[in-house]
Amino acid sequence: MAQSSKPIVWGPFAAGGTLTAFLTPALMVLTLLAALGYTPDLLAYERLHAFAGSWLAKLALAGTVFLTLWSAAHRLRITCYDLGVRADTLVATLLYSAALAGTAAAALYLSRI
Amino acid sequence: MSRKPYLREETMRWVFRHPRYLRYMAREFSCLFIGGYGLLMVWGLKRLSEGPAAWRSFLEVLQSPASIAFHVLALGFALYHSVTWFKLTPKALPVQVGGEFLPDGIISGAHYAVWAALSLAVLILAGAF
Amino acid sequence: MSERRVELEVLRYHPETDAAPRFQRYSVDCREEWVVLDALNHVKETLDPTLSYRWSCHMAVCGSCGMMINGEPRLACKSFLRDYQGVIRVEPLAHFPIERDLVTVIDDFMAKLKRVKPYLIPAQARALEQGEYRQTPAELKRYKQFTLCMNCMLCYAACPEYGLIPKFIGPAAISLAHRYNQDSRDGGRAARQEEIAAAEGVWECSFTGACSEVCPEHVDPAAALQQVKIKSTVDWYLAHLMPWLKK
Ligand code: SF4
Ligand code: FES
Repeated sequence: MAQSSKPIVWGPFAAGGTLTAFLTPALMVLTLLAALGYTPDLLAYERLHAFAGSWLAKLALAGTVFLTLWSAAHRLRITCYDLGVRADTLVATLLYSAALAGTAAAALYLSRI
Repeated sequence: MSRKPYLREETMRWVFRHPRYLRYMAREFSCLFIGGYGLLMVWGLKRLSEGPAAWRSFLEVLQSPASIAFHVLALGFALYHSVTWFKLTPKALPVQVGGEFLPDGIISGAHYAVWAALSLAVLILAGAF
Repeated sequence: MSERRVELEVLRYHPETDAAPRFQRYSVDCREEWVVLDALNHVKETLDPTLSYRWSCHMAVCGSCGMMINGEPRLACKSFLRDYQGVIRVEPLAHFPIERDLVTVIDDFMAKLKRVKPYLIPAQARALEQGEYRQTPAELKRYKQFTLCMNCMLCYAACPEYGLIPKFIGPAAISLAHRYNQDSRDGGRAARQEEIAAAEGVWECSFTGACSEVCPEHVDPAAALQQVKIKSTVDWYLAHLMPWLKK
């Protein structure tokens, strides 16, 4: 039996799971504050635009988007199987493509900032 | 003696067989909210790249009741994801020092501490206070 | 010594006569300090000699008395009656075909155990006169916990992924492979990877963690499987991104 190439999809999943565990709650608090009308300084247009203008921040943002979307896509794929959806190849293709498309879109928007 | 093994079919009932399976499902469902938040970030970047007016309207949409509800729910699930993730980390990455394994609590504890410090740093640097 | 009337609801299945399993109620007087296995033995001795189930040691070492007790995979010899109220529902281990009553067909598990080569494959064979294979206490500690498995299969009954994907090699067999991989005297990891790093090996595990919760020996198979995943992932990336490292 051949060794599986699952590590391609699992590696970014594990990395994304770790990143979102450390980071996502804090990010959510930031946008929640904005949603409640207490917009944090960073989310003011000028500051955020300047922040996202640096190459390092662009890379970090694109990386965060990729790992977040990828780990969510991978988990959702498994959950679909757990819930009885047997078309695993189709589900996997759709979800991973969506994660990649989201990342590509984020990269495109970042390049315009 | 005749053999006729009987296989009982696996149904979705396992989810309700024990609370641990519901906890597992809750953990897995966190991906909907974390993934949804990822998409929100993509959309935010789009609006940011379109100029001040677009960004202002993005912030207005953020303030809609639906967005607030989403944020509260998503934050709950994201916190649950973090807690379960760090709780399981010592299993995946055990550390053996001088023969003995470090107790799980120390490895998890270190992760929780870094998580708290990091979150605080993000909030302060972003000027949330 | 106090007695108590215990109601048991036992899943029965006789392949000669039954089209499908059915529950049968037994009401027996049991001693307060008995375990579920004692109650079953009492039923067999006094009420119904046709009741079939496996057991041997009555002391949680042989691993043969695994069954579902109120829906949870447990050793019948380690489940005290005093911990249960009302009717106690006893069924064969989930996810395994039923041979008869509480006896399951375990061929699948046995075949998987064999596939993962659960024995020492010495890295360097030693001649007899070279003496024993030496190991430090720290090296022993690395895998000790994974040696405790007694093949009771409770983890397979607890694992939803095994129920959904019967090909999945599953918790105990992969943990045992990991036990030998972690052994400083062993050199068989590459051979075992062929099985456990395959698609139906460790990659069907979704880290539900149920296996570790039900394991009576605290083997913590879920931990072993995550470690195998990480090691296999590192292997893969090294082999594909840095092929020049290959020996
Ligand atoms: S790992 Fe634990 S639950 Fe699984 S077969 Fe071994 S002893 Fe039983
Ligand atoms: S009879 Fe041996 S483990 Fe229960």
